[in-house]
Amino acid sequence: MTDPKPATDPKPATDPKPVADPDLLYSRDEEDLRSAVRSLLADRADPAALPARVEQAGGHDPELWRALAASIGAAGLLVPEKLGGQGASHREAAVVCEELGRAVAPLPYLTSSVIATETLLAAGPAAEGLLAELAAGERTAVLLTPLSTAPGDPPPPPGPVTAVADAALADVLLVLRPDGLYAAEAADAVRTPLTALDLTRPPATVDLPEGTGAKVADAETGRAAWERGLLAGAALLASEQLGLAEWCLEQTVRHTATRHQFNRPIGSFQALKHRMAELWLEIAGARAAARAAADALATGSPDAPLLTAVAQVHCSRTAVHAAEECVQLHGGLGMTWEHPAHLYLKRAKADQTALGSPGRHKDTIARLADLPAPVSPG
Amino acid sequence: MHYPAGLGGLDAPRALQPAVDAELAAAGAPDNDPRRIGIGLGMAAPTILAYGTEEQKHRFLRPLWTGEEVWCQLFSEPGAGSDLAALATRAVADGDSWAVTGQKVWTSSAHLARWAILVARTDPDAPKHRGLTYFLCDMTDPGVEVRPLRQITGEAEFNEVFLDGVRIPDAHRLGAVGEGWRVAQATLMNERVSIGGGRQPREGGMIAKAAATWRERPELRTAELHQRLLDLWVDAEVARLTGERLRQQLAAGAPGPEGSGAKLVFARLNQQISALETELLGDEGLLYEDWTLRRPEYVDFTGRDAGYRYLRAKGNSIEGGTSEVLLNIVAERVLGLPAEPRTDKDVPWKDLAR
Ligand SMILES: Cc1cc2nc3c(=O)[nH]c(=O)nc-3n(C[C@H](O)[C@H](O)[C@H](O)COP(=O)(O)OP(=O)(O)OC[C@H]3O[C@@H](n4cnc5c(N)ncnc54)[C@H](O)[C@@H]3O)c2cc1C
Repeated sequence: MTDPKPATDPKPATDPKPVADPDLLYSRDEEDLRSAVRSLLADRADPAALPARVEQAGGHDPELWRALAASIGAAGLLVPEKLGGQGASHREAAVVCEELGRAVAPLPYLTSSVIATETLLAAGPAAEGLLAELAAGERTAVLLTPLSTAPGDPPPPPGPVTAVADAALADVLLVLRPDGLYAAEAADAVRTPLTALDLTRPPATVDLPEGTGAKVADAETGRAAWERGLLAGAALLASEQLGLAEWCLEQTVRHTATRHQFNRPIGSFQALKHRMAELWLEIAGARAAARAAADALATGSPDAPLLTAVAQVHCSRTAVHAAEECVQLHGGLGMTWEHPAHLYLKRAKADQTALGSPGRHKDTIARLADLPAPVSPG
Repeated sequence: MHYPAGLGGLDAPRALQPAVDAELAAAGAPDNDPRRIGIGLGMAAPTILAYGTEEQKHRFLRPLWTGEEVWCQLFSEPGAGSDLAALATRAVADGDSWAVTGQKVWTSSAHLARWAILVARTDPDAPKHRGLTYFLCDMTDPGVEVRPLRQITGEAEFNEVFLDGVRIPDAHRLGAVGEGWRVAQATLMNERVSIGGGRQPREGGMIAKAAATWRERPELRTAELHQRLLDLWVDAEVARLTGERLRQQLAAGAPGPEGSGAKLVFARLNQQISALETELLGDEGLLYEDWTLRRPEYVDFTGRDAGYRYLRAKGNSIEGGTSEVLLNIVAERVLGLPAEPRTDKDVPWKDLAR
């Protein structure tokens, strides 16, 4: 098999950039993985059937999760083979996120297979048993923190924690306490499901009694592991947003090319064409930005925090814009419960707040790119 | 580098060019001053390579690449801009040469050019796209008159060009008679990637100017400008990564359609960033370096002062195909959306409204 990536990319002698250029393409293996995930989701998670399903337990489908996590092995992509995983990288996991975003699939992949898994990977040997279970897709874990937590944010104070995504069905909660990182049985917590804007990533309020759980890392390692988990989550959320936006644009193009008003397809009106062309431009940017962030994590580049923040600002906007246009250009159909466009809009809007708002990520960019805020007078 | 051996190139991979440029510069070799010959390098050369005869390639390419001969583009006319195929300049066959008469406009560098790429109408009875022919025009012909056309910046980088019975030997016709539209498409495609398609380091181009002013002048900072600057910094970085991804696709032999969008994004970014910069400068942003009518040797989008950059950037969404027209192209050719109903495609050119 030939890899579509350029094998040797001769770098100019005087490259002005301090860090290596990220590989922004998809390898053959990544495309194969995409096909596997896409056909699984086409069979078992058709967006057209989702509106009817989501009201029951958030549309959770344990069989679909097993097929994705265990049969395809997607849950273990970030985990080394010796710990029971696939030994792949964030690049491959990002491709899975793209496909899950395209289907707004209600699965705990980002929360458990990316964020919790990355956190445990950085936590050290005490976490290895749990990691193997996550990698096999046997159990799921989530960080005990609101979905809005950005990389760099402190953990929530003790007491009930609100808006913890995918917590109601999780098996394990990862808790960062002043003395270290703990893994607690979720069954020991009081979990109250919340009625959420986004029906496809159900949140809950979680009250975990003080002192429950087993310590998996000391204070310093635990803090760094927590940070890594959130960074990987924010980086790969960008890929989910990319996939979501692509679906919205494709559906909108398809609909406007066939829907007739005024004796012509509405997609032949320039006012609509330009809006779809603008979206296409944004999505081309989103793909480059999301790939850059995933590649930076996969290669351990020092550029990862900056590229993640850039991808988050751009991809959050793009996903919301694409979903909003999808609703508008479908007309009355876009306002119905029956058409899945609303699920994409709700996910896109919630994703904008997830793992740090664009404003929060811009603060990070101001710091990393040395563009300081004005000093307020006095 | 990537051009054919024997015609000024080495048949080598395009990716090696930056390394060679760096070596030549380090050795103090004179370069071809690419800013002066942008139209030759970016538009004339690829079109001649694609459609030229062997004699044409041998005659024109080497002096083009060395910078000895500057080229300009005689496409737009007062009555034909976005709708280039409507152009009215006539070329009439006369033995083994052509007599060309008409008016061209917005012709950048015509005052410096030795040669021009030219599209003219050879068959007014055919529908507009089918009656055109592409020529290489000698700008020293006595029938060519170039008059400066002053622009928004005070300078005159473009011109009006009057053609009165200009003689063009048939040997300087590029492509077949009546095939001018197809040949011109090759030029226009290349023009769009040559504007805004260049490789940039992080924070390169227009954003470098605004970011430098921001860092050097803390007293100018406001919260509102800070948010806009960060948004534009992100947009510029995303545009850079998009261009990088496009280059990686090309190098892997799988060109994607992303190229059609690069100029659009480039134009918008240049306009927004330079606008921000003039606001950031406050009272200084009220000033302008110099309105003297000059005929510049080359165009530098990021040159001179903030006011100049703001005004010159307005042209980025007009030159080489307007942003509106490029959005149409993305919508129809990339997304496959249905075309607007048209009334001008099959009617003889001479019967169209003007
Ligand atoms: C700085 C500069 C340098 C230039 N250099 C050269 C040169 O060297 N050689 C050369 O040949 N030309 C040159 N041009 C000309 C340039 O290519 C034309 O100006 C451009 O193609 C637009 O044509 P126009 O000016 O006739 O505007 P028009 O075509 O009249 O357009 C006016 C407005 O209508 C919009 N419009 C037109 N058609 C459509 C449509 N179908 N759908 C939606 N909107 C539409 C346009 O987007 C624009 O906003 C240059 C222009 C500039 C500004």
